Amino acid sequence: MKVSVKETETAVIASIEGSIDSKTAPDLQQSILPVVNDRNLMVLDLTAVSFVSSAGLRVLLMVYRQLKSNNGKVVLVGVSEEIMDVMFMTGFITFFEIAPTLKEAFANN
Amino acid sequence: MAELDLRIDYYPTHEHKGIKYRRGHVLPFGATMVPNGVNFSVYSSASTSCTLVMFERGEASPFAEIPFPDEFKIGNVYCMIVFDLDFENLEYGYRMDGPYDPANGHRFNKDTILSDPYAKAIGGRDTWLALPNKDEMYSFRSRLVFEDFDWEYDRPLQIPIEDLVIYEMHVRSFTMHPTSGAKYKGTFAGIREKIPYLKELGINCIELMPIYEFDEWEHSKLHPETGEQLVNYWGYSTLNFFSPKAGYAASGRLGMQVDELKTLIKDLHSNGIEVFLDVVFNHTAEGDHRGPAISFKGIDNKTYYMLTPEGYYFNFSGTGNTLNCNNPVVRNMVLDCLRYWASEYHIDGFRFDLAAILGRAPDGSPLNNPPLLESLAFDPVLANCKLIAEAWDAGGLYQVGNFPAYGRWAEWNGKYRDNVRKYLKGDAAMVGHLAQAIQGSPWMYPTRGTTAGINFITCHDGLTLYDLFAYNTKHNYANGEDNNDGCSNNESWNCGYEGETVIEEVIALRHRQMKNALTILLVSQGVPMIYMGDEMGRTQHGNNNAYCHDNDINWLNWELKNENADLFVFAKHVIAFRKAHPVLRNRNHFTHTDYMHTGFADITFHGVKPFQCDFSADSRVFACMLNGQYAKNGTCLDDYIYIATNSSCEAFKLELPLLSNGMCWHTSVNTGIVDAPCHFDIGNEPVIQNTVQYVLGPRSVIVLLGKLKNTNPL
Repeated sequence: MKVSVKETETAVIASIEGSIDSKTAPDLQQSILPVVNDRNLMVLDLTAVSFVSSAGLRVLLMVYRQLKSNNGKVVLVGVSEEIMDVMFMTGFITFFEIAPTLKEAFANN
Repeated sequence: MAELDLRIDYYPTHEHKGIKYRRGHVLPFGATMVPNGVNFSVYSSASTSCTLVMFERGEASPFAEIPFPDEFKIGNVYCMIVFDLDFENLEYGYRMDGPYDPANGHRFNKDTILSDPYAKAIGGRDTWLALPNKDEMYSFRSRLVFEDFDWEYDRPLQIPIEDLVIYEMHVRSFTMHPTSGAKYKGTFAGIREKIPYLKELGINCIELMPIYEFDEWEHSKLHPETGEQLVNYWGYSTLNFFSPKAGYAASGRLGMQVDELKTLIKDLHSNGIEVFLDVVFNHTAEGDHRGPAISFKGIDNKTYYMLTPEGYYFNFSGTGNTLNCNNPVVRNMVLDCLRYWASEYHIDGFRFDLAAILGRAPDGSPLNNPPLLESLAFDPVLANCKLIAEAWDAGGLYQVGNFPAYGRWAEWNGKYRDNVRKYLKGDAAMVGHLAQAIQGSPWMYPTRGTTAGINFITCHDGLTLYDLFAYNTKHNYANGEDNNDGCSNNESWNCGYEGETVIEEVIALRHRQMKNALTILLVSQGVPMIYMGDEMGRTQHGNNNAYCHDNDINWLNWELKNENADLFVFAKHVIAFRKAHPVLRNRNHFTHTDYMHTGFADITFHGVKPFQCDFSADSRVFACMLNGQYAKNGTCLDDYIYIATNSSCEAFKLELPLLSNGMCWHTSVNTGIVDAPCHFDIGNEPVIQNTVQYVLGPRSVIVLLGKLKNTNPL
């Protein structure tokens, strides 16, 4: 798993590549949670994410909780159909906004 | 938080082939995530040693086996913290060493890897009916789960039990049929997709047939004649009491069944629907002395099972073994389990399969004061859970009416079922029994009130509502037991033709009888329970014991909703009618007196003439009037409700009781109306003009409302 983080004045954009599971989730957590600060928009680009496990979903939820405490939101971009399915079945989808592209993520926020 | 890392039990003291570990905590039992590791704790009273066996998920061979050092055993509990585990991909089990001495109740065998009785998930049946690998050294593997679900503002709903309309369902059957339209067929997620339907129907509680992990391949076989695969479809055979069935989750193959089930429960709650579980604590999937050692049998046989003096298994469950639930250790396991489901899964209530067994002593004798039942009734965590007993067992203990209730327990009212069925098919001498049923069985529950009884006419065991009026006898040949299985005493009547027919009169009568049954069920005091699909005329083609079919026999065909639209709309109406009228939902029994001086007693009995009910053996007409001023035992105001039933093939002209204060009678339900709707929307009930000759048709039920004249009658 690789993650690259871009920061703007109001948002954090994290582009993730690979699999988010119990082995990689701690790294992801450490890469993105500290940079949220008081921003209220986190965009997670999952276009290159192949799999999200239970542990991975929990990292996403932690990000949501942190943003929520800033009255912010998390937008997921480029979520594959399979990951969307898993997020629907397990209810995690309800916490996030979904956008097909980064451009649309910002257009709506 | 940094100072917490200074705790010394966050760090290992021992190492075994590169795996680091230390002394653990005895409680809680099971495998628990702790900082930097996992705490393993398992109880065994008679073993001599124990080894923790750990696998990478799906691997054939373990990556480590760590014997518990003697000093890690406190009392009869082995405990150890193992560090740096990938808890998401960990599968674990135990080898227990000790005597193999069946005559004295011991069956230890260190060659067998056993699953943890307190495991929170079990691997091995992750996808429904996926072919198992029979050569595996460890089939049902204990796993860890995240117990951090984000419930937000949810908690169990705490709807008063008398206000519930329970809908019993099988997870897979509900959406597996191709007509269901669900994306995630046969799963928890599939039920979630159908929440709008449940709301449309109007029920406010679903009762799920067993969802504890079980093996659908257990006792599977091919039908001797048809060759069809028969499986353990219903799942009344538990592998582990803390684990949801992975094969019922669309995400089970990914190990996410816990989140999927919790999401379903959370969404049901937010739609005002409670969730009950049908729990099977009377036996396990390990069978008798010929059955496999999967968990309990190898971990501590003598503790977990009721054994004969010779060391064989008592069989009060009819399935080979009997859980020793009044042994203090097992009792605590049951309590821990129910607390876990109530707190971690927000379950609203439990229905206990063959619950009479829960009142038996370890030697099998019935206890006067069963400690398990008492513990559950007074448990602080379960304080708001509904506890419902199936108050009989396969050993002949029948406790309907006298189950040890401790002011808490309700029970499936099997006598209600039998008596209403007998009445509906026209048996003689049933009017008095029907009067009892409609009142909430006061003779059976004189001190426990109406809510002691869960009223039902059909359930998973037995014929469906449609089949109750389409078959005189069971038709169980598809079960492969030459029609010898299943109950032979169904109190059913085929309305003149056995099975499917095109005879219109028969079809019409069946529909009328189903509507009669639903009406009686929904206007009875007590707690009504409907079986999945009965609201749309689901058939099992006369099969009254469909435990083994993963096909159309069990799957709900959703096209029936359109084919039998009259029935479905009617079912919705009688459910809505019950919810609209609190006088149908009293907690205490009627007194048959007018203690508030309103002009009428809380309930009065009638017949063809007002206040003259014929209870003789030849009578088949019963009517009663509920005084709306006694709704909820006089705490709120409702309309008057007049219910009349006729199970004979003749029509009668009823004289209705005369109401005062300008009130008049309106028709809500009249199943005897032919060629027109036989029910009228709430608030739009037509006024009855002729109150001295109101026609009660043959085999019909009417429900009338006494109130001020509707301003907008039809």
